[in-house]
Amino acid sequence: MQDNHLPALEIDNLAVQVVGDRAGRHVLENISFNLSPGETLCVVGESGSGKSVTSLAVMGLLPPDALRPSRGRILVEGEDILTASPSRLRELRATRVAMIFQEPMTALNPVEKVGEQIDEVLRIHSRLGRAERRAKILAMLELVHMPDAERIYDSYPHELSGGQRQRVVISMALILEPAILIADEPTTALDVTTQKQILSLIRELQMKHNTAVLFITHDFGVVAEIADRIVVMNRGKVVEVGTRNDILARPREPYTRMLVSSVPSLVPKPRGTLRTDIVLDVKALSKTYAGKRLFGRRRSIPAAQDVNLAVRRGEIVGIVGESGSGKTTVARCVVRLQDPTSGAVLVHGEDIAKASRSQLRPMRRRVQIVFQDPYRSLNPRIKVGESIIEGLVNFGRSRDEALSKARNLLDLVGLNQDAMHRYPHQFSGGQRQRICIARALALEPDILVADEAVSALDVSVQAQVLELLDEIRQRVGVGVLFITHDLRVAAQICDTIVVMQKGRIVEAGPAAEILIAPRQDYTRALIDAAPGRDWDFQNFRPLRSSVR
Amino acid sequence: MLAYIARRLLATIPVMVMVAVVVFAILRLTPGDPAAIIAGDDATAEQLEKIRQSMGLDMPIHLQLLQWISRLLQGDLGVSLLSGTPVLSMIGDRMGPSLALALGTIVVTVIIAIPLGVVAAWKRGKLLDRTIMTLSVLGFSVPVFVVGYLLIYYLSIQLGLFPVQGYRPLSEGFWPFAQRLVLPVLALSGVYVALIARITRSSIIEVMGEDFIRTARAKGATERIVLLRHALRNAAVPILTVIGIGIASLISGVVVTESVFNLPGLGRLVVEAVLARDYPVIQGLILLFSFVYILINLLVDVLYPVFDPRIRY
Repeated sequence: MQDNHLPALEIDNLAVQVVGDRAGRHVLENISFNLSPGETLCVVGESGSGKSVTSLAVMGLLPPDALRPSRGRILVEGEDILTASPSRLRELRATRVAMIFQEPMTALNPVEKVGEQIDEVLRIHSRLGRAERRAKILAMLELVHMPDAERIYDSYPHELSGGQRQRVVISMALILEPAILIADEPTTALDVTTQKQILSLIRELQMKHNTAVLFITHDFGVVAEIADRIVVMNRGKVVEVGTRNDILARPREPYTRMLVSSVPSLVPKPRGTLRTDIVLDVKALSKTYAGKRLFGRRRSIPAAQDVNLAVRRGEIVGIVGESGSGKTTVARCVVRLQDPTSGAVLVHGEDIAKASRSQLRPMRRRVQIVFQDPYRSLNPRIKVGESIIEGLVNFGRSRDEALSKARNLLDLVGLNQDAMHRYPHQFSGGQRQRICIARALALEPDILVADEAVSALDVSVQAQVLELLDEIRQRVGVGVLFITHDLRVAAQICDTIVVMQKGRIVEAGPAAEILIAPRQDYTRALIDAAPGRDWDFQNFRPLRSSVR
Repeated sequence: MLAYIARRLLATIPVMVMVAVVVFAILRLTPGDPAAIIAGDDATAEQLEKIRQSMGLDMPIHLQLLQWISRLLQGDLGVSLLSGTPVLSMIGDRMGPSLALALGTIVVTVIIAIPLGVVAAWKRGKLLDRTIMTLSVLGFSVPVFVVGYLLIYYLSIQLGLFPVQGYRPLSEGFWPFAQRLVLPVLALSGVYVALIARITRSSIIEVMGEDFIRTARAKGATERIVLLRHALRNAAVPILTVIGIGIASLISGVVVTESVFNLPGLGRLVVEAVLARDYPVIQGLILLFSFVYILINLLVDVLYPVFDPRIRY
């Protein structure tokens, strides 16, 4: 850090207003912080905190018909971009301020070769000839550690993996060596091992060019890994600014304390002894997707192979793995949303894997599922109460009986009973996930499958929902099959952890054993890649001597 | 890719056979007797019977069908009941004006509609956008023949800019040919311009919400580059689909337009043949139109990967 320097970015009392709103509602107010060359400043906040709006404001990319900066200054190397002309703004983009985005899948134009998309930056901002540009791009692709740069240059985005696409986006952002790089959740959509590589790549390039990095994230794990300083935001305001250790170890504001202590750590929680009766027994389950083709060869993709696992009454079994590991396939086969290719799924000794449609129906109530996205898994046009009782009524309960049961369930998941008469859009994400859980529990299932059920939630809400699941498990005794990509979440809630990779189980055992003494290299790699594993967030202290 | 085209062409055969059978059946089931029309009002029953025999209309229907299909497979569409000319050569003679009208309409439509749609999307919600969209509603709702007669009245009769009616083949010089095509093409294009401008606008607006548009802006791209290079090309697939459907539905428009402007094309031939119950001609034309329809669909499918590399066969 070079503090004697002019700051690369200085935001001074910035306010952003909703356009056309007479009440002058602000989505950002009194935002002030600065960023020095070579420094990594993490902006942390939950959804709706205004962290992304801040980053778009710095790029001058606020949607003009929706949001408008109403006060303050944003100085990029001393130049106020709020008063800059549109053409000056375009000149600054990619040359002085560049940005990388959350979704590498959608951030690239799908119909153009990635080399040409990087080339566009050079065509807009430089006068280099064709051959020079190509050489520069190939050099850049090598700088971001892409093997076979020539081939990558001529690839379309869909031909690359998520990590490779993010490397392309980074190449595009950094090819002109901007002073400031804004990274808006750049690793959130990636697997942990890929995330680790991308984070170290950003670090490496930052060191090389002394770039100032403004890193937007909701993930305190990532923050603990990379931040020099941290800005905590909530509801459009800056709550607290400080060095990494200030914020993580000695937070001043109650909101920051709450936020930091909600972050799941990799330290497994002590679990009680388990009851012994097995409610779900998955035996040699396999699922192969067969691609059908009229002529030519058939392709078959094994999504899950020879999966064996058991869930006891009141036990939470976590299936952990990266994308493509087959964890969701297993979940869907257990609920029979998909038909397994072979193997057995025994619920209380009855095999639902091969049950016919009519045999399956009564079994359905034994196994219920909660999905990842609470925004899309409730029918938006049906009142919450009706959604909850639908299953009960289908299975022959009277309406009155079902309604009174639904009210009890809302109590159980910590929602007010008048939620019955409201629609899903009137609830927050966390509340909706509670509704989904209530709906799943209505049928008194033996098994609750939670497929990434907390992944879309903010950490503070995530912590609450995890607590709720644990409480319900104890009170109702339901067995939970908990699918997650996040080892830290699994550490908080699971009795048993099953690690999957490429459709197969790599390792399985009690959570504490898997997390503390993994036997397989893959499990170890996953644990090493989990961001923030060196911090015990709940207790505001580092786990090892990692304080910079 | 070539294997895909070959497969698709093979798949047209059963479709064409079904079309042939259905066309044949429907024509025989509709009332009306071509022999009676030829023979005239004062013909005796014997004369009528003779004419029927000479035309093969006295044979059982399934034999007529078999005979027709076996000739069809040899490339023989039969001869007109009225004039005795081979159907194939009749179609050949009438192909010119229809082809000129259809191609002209497609070209004019694409040239006008896509820029209109892009501009409307760019100025979304502004006056220009609303004007274009209002005009497109008009383009949809006013029938081709009304537009046709209005154009004739104002541009030909009042201003004398174009000939009122008729057709000259290209072999008689480009100007006489083009001069007589301007009005029919304009009249017929209206609907398609409206349709394709709207679909272009909505496809582009949809694409403009995508993340990669934000990426393009973050690179410092101008709105022009964002619209034309990133948005339009990504909007191409739905636009292409609608153009394909439009071309296929052009056939009915051609029939009306050719009547209004007195163009001696296939559309007029359809009307003449239907009125005269000239079975072989009607059958030949419907087969031709079905085949063209299938070919256009194939062409559209083959063009998809050009615009979107994610689509592969």
